[in-house]
Order: sequence, then structure tokens, then C-alpha cells
Amino acid sequence: MSETTQVQPNYNYKVVRQFTVMTVVWGIIGMSIGLLLAIQLFAPALNFDIPWLTYSRLRPLHTNAVIFAFGGCALFATSFYVVQRTSQVRLFSDKLAAFTFWGWQAVIVSAVITLPLGMTSSKEYAELEWPIDILITIVWLAYIINFFGTLIIRKTSHIYVANWFFGAFMLTVAVLHIGNSMAIPVSFGKSYSIYAGAVDAMMQWWYGHNAVGFFLTAGFLGMMYYFVPKQAGRPVYSYRLSIVHFWALISLYIWAGPHHLHYTALPDWTQSLGMAMSIILFVPSWGGMINGIMTLSGAWHKLRTDPVLRFLIVSLSFYGMSTFEGPMMAIKTVNALSHYTDWTIGHVHSGALGWVAMVSIGSVYHLVPILFGQPKMYSTSLVNVHFWFATIGVVLYIVAMWMSGVLQGLMWRAVNADGTLTYSFVESLEASKPFYILRAIGGMFVVAGMLIMAYNCYKTIRAPKAESINDASVAVA
Amino acid sequence: MDQAIIGSIFTVIVFIAFIGVLYWAFTSRNKTRFEEAANLVFDDEEKPTTKDKQES
Repeated sequence: MSETTQVQPNYNYKVVRQFTVMTVVWGIIGMSIGLLLAIQLFAPALNFDIPWLTYSRLRPLHTNAVIFAFGGCALFATSFYVVQRTSQVRLFSDKLAAFTFWGWQAVIVSAVITLPLGMTSSKEYAELEWPIDILITIVWLAYIINFFGTLIIRKTSHIYVANWFFGAFMLTVAVLHIGNSMAIPVSFGKSYSIYAGAVDAMMQWWYGHNAVGFFLTAGFLGMMYYFVPKQAGRPVYSYRLSIVHFWALISLYIWAGPHHLHYTALPDWTQSLGMAMSIILFVPSWGGMINGIMTLSGAWHKLRTDPVLRFLIVSLSFYGMSTFEGPMMAIKTVNALSHYTDWTIGHVHSGALGWVAMVSIGSVYHLVPILFGQPKMYSTSLVNVHFWFATIGVVLYIVAMWMSGVLQGLMWRAVNADGTLTYSFVESLEASKPFYILRAIGGMFVVAGMLIMAYNCYKTIRAPKAESINDASVAVA
Repeated sequence: MDQAIIGSIFTVIVFIAFIGVLYWAFTSRNKTRFEEAANLVFDDEEKPTTKDKQES
């Protein structure tokens, strides 16, 4: 009777397994493209004069691959897993789940084909052309129906807070995607946005920042609210705080977009509104971070032996760091220095590699043994090695971009006594070169860590099933 | 109504709604309800253990 799986409802783990494996695969691909781009910035010859490999075409492929392929697969896997386990019921529809998996993979493959070919709507993080946009909408609706259908047939009386975050993420991303992708097609591979001028820019960054707020934050907070308590073995620090966190976060994020358009043609009051809302956003963000980290109170010693928990908690530290940095950068006077510099790139990656990737990696390490019927990962010490590779990689990356960004900002605004610019653009580019090399080294650590993860997952999945828990003590520093 | 009045009304409504959320989250009437919800993470694995205890 000690077998937990016998008493549990018959969950649909197939779709979770598929998305979990693809999280690792797309993670390696997306981050490797990022690494190539990082190297191209100081060794441009590496585009080999092939149009498909130029920075301009691979950059959207990198962002789409890491956000929607790696992050997306992680979100699908964890939301389908969490909604079943906290509702104690099998997914509403297995067919819709299979459609969601194959449909999403088709979206990603179309991106891999069309973006290097130069087909783009030129909207950042929404570059895919209209036929793919329609496919995304259909797949997304199937996802929403399945998720909320599962909540409707749930066996528990409450809807766990993680599902609130997942639900808000799904609904808002649907609204954002449909709103921003409105376009008039002129051929099968080309369309023009129905918005014009400053309105188009505002729509784009209303979408763009809420892609950060709902895709990369609310969804991953859903992950955090399940996997941190589960891995720590204790309920979340304050469930009441999580409710306030949820409502405050979702009602504030939607207003923060204009901070991407400071000192542009956007009306001044809109810029100030975006700045004010971005600053207030600091409060719910830190509320959530504290709630996650404090879940460990009284169990801090677990961090010493459990590298999976370490991934989850360090991801929250990076979340706290980047949600302090973000509101600060949204202040117009700070933005005057930071905008268009590498500081922005550093900020994005402290969120993306530090928060989003680490919380996903931690969740995948938690999931893989459960999904494939193993007592634990093939090698806990390799998880630990991955943790240090990821941490060193992110820190090198962020520090390099901070230095490069502030240097660029200062050089660009320096003027001589007669009002002329002190430095040419090329001079600032030359000054950034050493930091670009440092950033690429950081990227190498991150990609190497992902390869270690792939090996570890492969060995775990392929291990013989009936293996009993070996109690060899895990020695981690 | 001009934009400023609509904006002011909206701000007041959002403020009241937020106070409502705070009340709902922290009222003692909901305490047990939220404690139950917080433990949902472990509920589907705890069943066999409780069953074990009842049988033995």
C-alpha cells in the first residue's frame, strides 16, 4: 500500500512527458543560437556570409526559441501537471492535449524555417507571420479549453493558487497575441499591422511587456507556487499573501508597457503613467519573491543537500533582483542612460536565464524522475554541477552587460564644450568588445550546463524501471 | 464625461476593489479555507499514508 501511484487518479502524464523532454531539447537549441549570436557580436565573420545565418535573422529565432519553445514547453508541461495533481483529476481531454503538443511543435518548426528565411512581421517577440499566428491562436484556444475544463471537473473544492497564475497567463496571452497580431495579409508570407505610427508602437509594447509579465512571469510564478512548496516539503509561506500577490500583480502589469517607449513620439502622460505603474510593480513582485523564499523558513538546511531546491530558490533571488532593476530602469531619468544600451540586454537575461530558466530547470529536475517512474535523477551531483554552471554563466553574463551598458550610455551622452559628441558610435562599440567576449563565456557555461542536464535526463529516462531507491548519501558541498 | 473624470472614477473603483481583495484574503472567516488550499500541493500523495494508518 505504500505505492502512491495506485491511489492517485489516472493522470495524463504522456503530454507532460512530451513537453518536459522538448523543454530540454528546445532549451539547448535556443540557447546555442543565443551563444552563436553572442560570438557573432565580436566575431562577425561567423555568419559565413550566408543570409540565413546573419544576426538580424537569427536574433528573432533565438528569442522565439527560448521564450516560446523552451519557456513555452516548460509552461505547458508544468501547467498540465499541476492542474491535474492539485485538482486530483485527469485532464479534461487527452485529444486536445495531444493536439496542443503537436500543434505547438508545428508552430516552433515553422518559426525555425520562416525566420532565417527573413519572413517577419518585424514586431519584436511577435515576428511570426499571419498563417503561423492563426495556428498559435487555435493551439492556444485548445490549451485554454483543456486547462479550464480540467478545473471545472476538479475533485477538490479549492482552485490552488498556482492554477490562478496559470489561468491568468493563458487568458492574457490570448488577448495580447490576438490584439497585437491584427494584420492585413498581402500574400501568404507577408502582412502589415492594422495599427499605424505611435499607436502601433504602443500596441507592440503593450504586448511586449505583458509577454514578459504574463508569459514569463505569471506562468512561471504558477510553477513556483507548486514546485517550491513541493520540493521543500512544506506549504507556501503565506497563502493569503499569494492571493494579494496574484491580484496586485495581474492588475498592475498590464499598464507597464509604455516604459519601453520613453522619450519617443508616445504622448508624455502615457510615458509617465507607464513609469509610475512600473515602479509600483516592484511591490507585488517582491511580495511574491518573499513568499516563495520564506516557504523555506525552518528548512533552510535542505538547500545544502538538494540542488533542485537550490535551482528554485536561486531563481527567486534572480527574480527579486530583476524586478528591482526593472522598476528602476523604468524611471525616465535612469532610462535616459540605460535605454538602447546593453544594460537592457543584461536586465532581460537576469530575468530570462536567472529567473525563468532556473525555475524551469528546477521544475524539470523535479518532474523527470516522477514522470518516468524513477526514484530520483540519475546523478544528483550532475544536477549540482549544472546549478553552478548556470549560476556562474548568468552572473558573468549580467556583469558583462552592466559594465558594457553603463559604458555605452555614458559614452553616447558625453558632449564636448562646443556641444559636439565626444565619441563616435564605433568608439563605443570598440569599448564594448571585451564585455561581449565575457558575455559569450557566460553563455558557454549556460549551454554546457544544459548539455549536462540533457545527459542526466537521458540516463534517468533510460534507467531500468524496477530500480529500488539506493540510499547512497549524496555528498554536496 | 471627460477623460479626467472617467480616470478618477476608475482609480477609485480599483482602489476599493483592492481593499476588497485585502479583506477577503485576511478575514479570519477564510483562514481554514486558505489553509486547506495551501495543502492541496500534498493532498494527492497523503491519501495512501492516512489509509495505511487506518488499516494498521
